[in-house]
Amino acid sequence: MSHSYSISHLGQLESEAIFILRETAAQFERPVLLFSGGKDSIVMAHLARKAFWPAKLPFPLMHVDTGHNFEETIAYRDQFVKDYAAQLIVASVQEAIDNGRVVEEKGYNASRNALQTVALLDALEAGNYDAALGGGRRDEEKARAKERFFSHRDEFGQWDPKNQRPELWNIFNGRKQHGEHFRVFPLSNWTEMDIWQYIKAEKIDLPSLYFSHEREVVKRDGAYLAVTNFIQLRPEEKVEHQRIRFRTIGDATCTGCTFSVAATLDDIIEEVAAARQTERGTRADDKRSETAMEDRKKTGYF
Amino acid sequence: MSNQYLDMDMLRFTTAGSVDDGKSTLIGRLLYDSKAIFEDQLDAVQRSSVQRGDEHINLALLTDGLRAEREQGITIDVAYRYFATPKRKFIIADTPGHTQYTRNMVTGASTANLAIILVDARKGVIEQTCRHSFIANLLNIRHLVVCVNKMDLVDYDESVFNGIVTDFKQFASRLDNVVDVTFIPVSALNGDNIVDKSENMSWYKGVSLLYHLETVYIGGDHNHVDARFPVQWVVRPHSNEWHDYRGYAGRVASGVFKPGDEIVVLPSGFRSRIKGIHSMNGEIKEAFNPLSVSITLDDEIDISRGDMIVKPNNAPEPRQDVEAMICWFSDKRTLRAGGKFYLRHTTREARAVVREVRYKVDINTLHKVENDPEFRLNDIGRISLRVSAPLVADSYNRNRTTGSFILIDEQTNETVAAGMIV
Repeated sequence: MSHSYSISHLGQLESEAIFILRETAAQFERPVLLFSGGKDSIVMAHLARKAFWPAKLPFPLMHVDTGHNFEETIAYRDQFVKDYAAQLIVASVQEAIDNGRVVEEKGYNASRNALQTVALLDALEAGNYDAALGGGRRDEEKARAKERFFSHRDEFGQWDPKNQRPELWNIFNGRKQHGEHFRVFPLSNWTEMDIWQYIKAEKIDLPSLYFSHEREVVKRDGAYLAVTNFIQLRPEEKVEHQRIRFRTIGDATCTGCTFSVAATLDDIIEEVAAARQTERGTRADDKRSETAMEDRKKTGYF
Repeated sequence: MSNQYLDMDMLRFTTAGSVDDGKSTLIGRLLYDSKAIFEDQLDAVQRSSVQRGDEHINLALLTDGLRAEREQGITIDVAYRYFATPKRKFIIADTPGHTQYTRNMVTGASTANLAIILVDARKGVIEQTCRHSFIANLLNIRHLVVCVNKMDLVDYDESVFNGIVTDFKQFASRLDNVVDVTFIPVSALNGDNIVDKSENMSWYKGVSLLYHLETVYIGGDHNHVDARFPVQWVVRPHSNEWHDYRGYAGRVASGVFKPGDEIVVLPSGFRSRIKGIHSMNGEIKEAFNPLSVSITLDDEIDISRGDMIVKPNNAPEPRQDVEAMICWFSDKRTLRAGGKFYLRHTTREARAVVREVRYKVDINTLHKVENDPEFRLNDIGRISLRVSAPLVADSYNRNRTTGSFILIDEQTNETVAAGMIV
């Protein structure tokens, strides 16, 4: 009889993520879902809809906005919020710069990536949010492989990788002192391939950036970056016209693209299966040092 | 190929070994040979290996991601790794083997279906081998794979392997939860019997490690008999369209639920019938573990988070007195009779006081220690607890979800113990 009672790995991952999302709503007073417009946060928001259906999301979405966005991301975000009748909070890095909370990097490789941490922590504090749901996956990066589903942050928003709470079975301990908060990662056990397969299975709509399109790009430090108003070209750099797509979408100044003609989900799945570079291999922010991600996470990055 | 991938099954396993018996190398090898490692990761490891003066590419660096681990060449915490073959998706809980990190091993084992125990062919079955096997058995892992590693260093000698098999079997007769044990001679460093059968050990008639992981049958591990549904969240849309909808959201812990089934809610004892089982993608005819669903009932009765929906002909007796095996995790405080904690069991939280420390287990000899009333870091043993609210529980060996709990320190909020109800 046990034969018929089995579900695929995607079904198991979905069920686990929904369980985590419901635990977050139940254990915290003011959770918020971090929504970047990237595929992982889109999948997470979709799962959140399923978790509480037919009711609305019991928490708002928060977008940490570096100001260096692809237009397509913002358009997608606004449509998504409208369709799901969700509440949106924008944590603005530009505001943090204007208020003198942070100083912007200068030079050709200037990026607002690191500044997001301040904007995020300020916004969490201002709204008294005690749990921030993130789309991080453990397969993305080696420091993330040791991350918990419920990741405790001290009153300064810091992560202490050597002193994490053990997580046993499916019992999650979200107890905290006043002023502390949690980062919660419902997609911890998903891989890039799982995400794409799930997007296909659930027919989830994605920003056009993920599919092959023509764009002006420039090669820098081995990666191709989209030419936008936010990056300053070096004198020797040449703008090329290429057929590309993005494997991850973040800040426009540090998200590299790959040459690709993958125009459909099936094409992308084939491409991911054959890929010999990690998706973060195109992220300039991870290349700064061997433990760049760990260092950023410790100070409160997501 | 994409459709094939959609139908894949999933296996969670944990790896335990002592310092230097090549556990990280074994995992690195599985990931590398199954092509789950990408070029940029390999490049980074290659660069680090050269920098450290390692002779081979040090595959351990693939799994040891934290700064302190790279500096000290050790693994600090449970790391989760992922790879897939066309048959299965695998989740590895990679846990360090140092004596001070028993808690990590317990954590990794708590979600695993299978445990790989590494034995160094030159050292044979040692105390740590027994300790790891004891923990796997305690956490109710049914499938063990004993990988006799570093066979290259004993000239791939069959008699060395056979000696270790005999020693382990003698010890394993005391592991009552383990259903099957498989022995595989390997060299993680060289890749012998990891993905492909090794040409260096033609005397070995079994399968490679990866083939075993892909095919081992785990369907029988699920409990489809005892219907248990811990309520996580009550869904009330308050919209015109769903005016009277009141759904009990949760994840089926075990057993099978169908619309029309008679149910009883514990601990209140209210009875009703299942009206529907719902998901955004449509109505569900049968809900079983590990599906997350919402259940509606025929009657409007008072149900909230922490309650459990079960069936009248198979209902556990709610209990406030609990006997349990625990593993103690804290290096800052100890556990003694009289100690008070928060106890978290399924979706319910209560307070608990330790009535009595029954005994501790010396996990190297498996002997009971009855004259030491205090649990320190990594101690395992049996206690009795009194809980402030009735727990709807089963014994851990029958049900991993409704038989497990954690203890939380009331001051620091840290998780200080894992508990398994006897």
